[in-house]
Amino acid sequence: MSTIDMTTIHTTVQEITHSYAYQATELVQMLWQVQEKLSYIPTAAIDSFAEILKLPRAYVAGVAGFYSFFHDSPRGQYDIYFSDNIIEHLQGKPQLMDYLLQKLKVEIGKPRADGRVTIDNTACIGMSDQGPAMLVNGYTVTQLTQAKLDKIAELIETQTPLSHWPTEFFQVQDNIQHKHILLGEPLEEGLAIRVMLARGTDATLAEIEKSGLRGCGGAGFKTATKWAFCRNTHADERYVVCNADEGEPGTFKDRVLLQSYADLVFEGMTVCARIIGAHQGFLYLRGEYRYLLQPLEAVLAKRREQGLLGEQILGNPNFSFDIKIHLGAGAYVCGAELALIESLEGKRGVPRNRPPFPVTQGYLNKPTVVNNVETFALAARIAVYGGDGFAALGTKQSKGTKLLSISGDCLRPGIYEFPFGVSVREVLEACGAQDTQAVQISGAAGTCLSAKEFDRKIAFEDVATGGSVMIFNRQRDLLEVVRNFAHFFVHESCGFCTPCRVGTSLLKNLVEKVYTGHGTADDLKDMSHISQILKTASHCGLGQTASNHIADTLKKFPEVYRKRLLVEADFEPAFDLDSALEEARQITGRRDELAYL
Amino acid sequence: MQPEEQTITLDGQKIPFQPGQTIMDAALAAKIYIPHLCYHPEFKPHGSCRLCTVMVNGRYESACTMPAAAGQEILNNTKELNENRRALTQMLFVEGNHICPGCPKTGNCQLQAVAYYVGMLSSHYQHFYPYRDLDPSHPDYVIDFNRCILCELCVRASRDVDKKNIFAISGRGIKAHLIINSPSGKLEDTDFAVGDKAAFVCPVGAILRKRTRYTTPIGERLYDQQSIRIVGDSQQLHAGATKYGRK
Amino acid sequence: MAANKIRVATTSLAGCFGCHMSFLDIDERLLELLEHIEFDRTPLTDIKHCGPCDIGLIEGGVCNAENVHVLKEFRKNCKILIAMGACAFNGGVPALRNHYSLKECLEESYLNGVGVVNPLIPNDPEIPLLLNKVHPIHEIVKIDYFLPGCPPSGDAIWTFLNELLAGQEISLPYQAIHYD
Repeated sequence: MSTIDMTTIHTTVQEITHSYAYQATELVQMLWQVQEKLSYIPTAAIDSFAEILKLPRAYVAGVAGFYSFFHDSPRGQYDIYFSDNIIEHLQGKPQLMDYLLQKLKVEIGKPRADGRVTIDNTACIGMSDQGPAMLVNGYTVTQLTQAKLDKIAELIETQTPLSHWPTEFFQVQDNIQHKHILLGEPLEEGLAIRVMLARGTDATLAEIEKSGLRGCGGAGFKTATKWAFCRNTHADERYVVCNADEGEPGTFKDRVLLQSYADLVFEGMTVCARIIGAHQGFLYLRGEYRYLLQPLEAVLAKRREQGLLGEQILGNPNFSFDIKIHLGAGAYVCGAELALIESLEGKRGVPRNRPPFPVTQGYLNKPTVVNNVETFALAARIAVYGGDGFAALGTKQSKGTKLLSISGDCLRPGIYEFPFGVSVREVLEACGAQDTQAVQISGAAGTCLSAKEFDRKIAFEDVATGGSVMIFNRQRDLLEVVRNFAHFFVHESCGFCTPCRVGTSLLKNLVEKVYTGHGTADDLKDMSHISQILKTASHCGLGQTASNHIADTLKKFPEVYRKRLLVEADFEPAFDLDSALEEARQITGRRDELAYL
Repeated sequence: MQPEEQTITLDGQKIPFQPGQTIMDAALAAKIYIPHLCYHPEFKPHGSCRLCTVMVNGRYESACTMPAAAGQEILNNTKELNENRRALTQMLFVEGNHICPGCPKTGNCQLQAVAYYVGMLSSHYQHFYPYRDLDPSHPDYVIDFNRCILCELCVRASRDVDKKNIFAISGRGIKAHLIINSPSGKLEDTDFAVGDKAAFVCPVGAILRKRTRYTTPIGERLYDQQSIRIVGDSQQLHAGATKYGRK
Repeated sequence: MAANKIRVATTSLAGCFGCHMSFLDIDERLLELLEHIEFDRTPLTDIKHCGPCDIGLIEGGVCNAENVHVLKEFRKNCKILIAMGACAFNGGVPALRNHYSLKECLEESYLNGVGVVNPLIPNDPEIPLLLNKVHPIHEIVKIDYFLPGCPPSGDAIWTFLNELLAGQEISLPYQAIHYD
């Protein structure tokens, strides 16, 4: 792409800032607009934002520099990201990616000389049930095969606009395999709001309390308690935020809810707004789900027309509430509510300190309820049917049902809705998993279960989960899994605190050392100690869980490491000594005996 | 009626605290040292260096961000916590380029002082040796990004006290780095000045006053003879100098 | 030479010999020390290779292929290996070149530098080939003890060796441990 002149950039930024009413809280959204227009965010655009919004230039640069989908140099006209989750890795992603790189003659991460295309990696894009998958200019292409890539390469070489690509390329399946109360009978639009208005907010909150509903993102805080805290905090404004930053590798249930049950989610948010007294809601949609933006906007527009959003909802003179969609820009950490709120305010997604908690000081320091997509969908159903039916399902401490996103080595990957208390073994049987070596529950940050633990139950009191279930059979090398996760956390650490910023890189290097056959027992000791430090000293949940996969596998699958260790050596250099001479060999042209180690 | 004095228990010792104080505030008031780098009593707690991680009623918390509450049982000076602190210090050493013999801040550097306190005799891990810049453009100050530990004290001081916003953080993860608020990215193109609070808060040798490097001989500096546990933070000694720095 | 003496080897890799100078700063106590130790390879004896030893003292970091060979020889032959000084600790002053690529360093030194005549990057096989970066020695071999300092003082070295020889846990006063 040719250099764009400064005046054009300034005009572009002027238009964008104007359309967002010069609100600095919309900075991430405005940066998206620049990136979509220019393929990157030029320095001049940073200057213009700073000038127009009266923000420090370094602040704007710092925000742009935080999100992995924002670039400070031009990208290709077709900007491609391969999803690099371990599941897709095992589905052949590395080979497919190499194939396309060679076919299009592109170097990874660098735009081709003619500016036509860039190919890069990105973290899990929520398609592991239909991978390998990629994003092309933000839009999802699933079930990649070599044949499909041949076609894509052709479309790129002929500069065919995305709108003319075969629509089936962009089809995303729901793959719902097992339905229960949430995914069962559809709910008449607006019913939850009507029933709530008839029942009253106090009584509706009481039903949610009675249901025992807990946050479905994984942490499991009681929903009714959270809403009551927020409602009871004195403030002139309150907010409802739906966390759709579904970034945990291997999970995709929120994507399905947003694709096929969006009304239910928005209905739950509206019920919450009425109960806590909020007038503005946000859906924080992860950038990887860009393809859902327009359909969701359409649902919101329809609901406004139906009188289910906006001023005077259902003719109620003092009930106004609307929902804005905020598009994330590639930052797993923003799935943590304390980072999500920062991002929503147009800042770097660095998790805030707590206390205070968002229920008392959240978005713009006002009381804010942040709940997962699934939680709001369930809340809408509970608002209609009451809490008893829900509470009758599940276990003592985990009521109702849970959506599981199942992928990996099984016959039927997809979405499964089970009552809480279902055992891992039952889950494996349901999806047709055979000869299972390990199950990674809750994504990279979660727990790795060995076959001995398959009778454990999915429930807050046993194996708590946000819903990601990744299955690995006995043919799989678990160190590949560990390695993939270790790289993931290096990429996703926000860099705020020492243990996570540095520890994730140290762990990645040590995993690589073991993986390449240079590890020693001392290295494993270091890995254990660093894991322990991450867990106990990190600032937020990301760092505290970023070493779980290593600690778990070291404990439960020690042979995975041991078989690769150098048995005789008790010490191996931290780096490859001979490669460290290569640069000097090149410069001096030396190839004598002494020029090697 | 005088309210009863509230106390927390730190390593078995009861110490009083005022409402609104963090564990760190209360400990320092009681002259108990909890290792720290990003904490500074004049700024909003940050909690990024994690050296002050203590155990509060069985949970790990950073002492600088955790509000003191009556009856808390806190462990600070334990073998496990100090070993973890040593490892965190080693992480900071390998992450940047900290060549003490070549640094004018040596002897007055808090990173070094904390490392002495936790008994760090080697950096243990593999060094990253990142390529980082040096910005000598300003007439009175030099910024050496090699030594930045991302404590954000300069960011906070410039934003909250000087109202200049000269520093910010960009990048993410291990690529997170300090940036300067000017189109050139150079300090000379900002209104950074002698006497700015941000000029006095750097715990390491990343922000240095020019021509004052060797006014005190090595060996006679703050941490050369006595532990940081006894003599305290270097920036607070410098804080007094702001009085003379301003017009 | 008495058979029951502790055999000690020392070397300076990418260092300035300052730690060795500091070692000599233990002055007349050196004679006392020699009651208990004898030297193998060291710049003091000019022995070129290290034989089986009890203690190896390493000054300096690792900047070239020869450093690697010497360090490995020490590790192989010494029961206890001690990293002495700031360069062994984290590369020290020689590691300041890690701010630049090796190419930049060599071009500045041999091609573009001030006062360079007959510009040529040396490629004689007798000159040890440079590693792309300078490394502390703990990244290449296992180290048993560290004594930081630039240099550690003669007193610190003296106390350290005495306690080590006496089989005590090494405990140096606050002032003896410094990185500068």
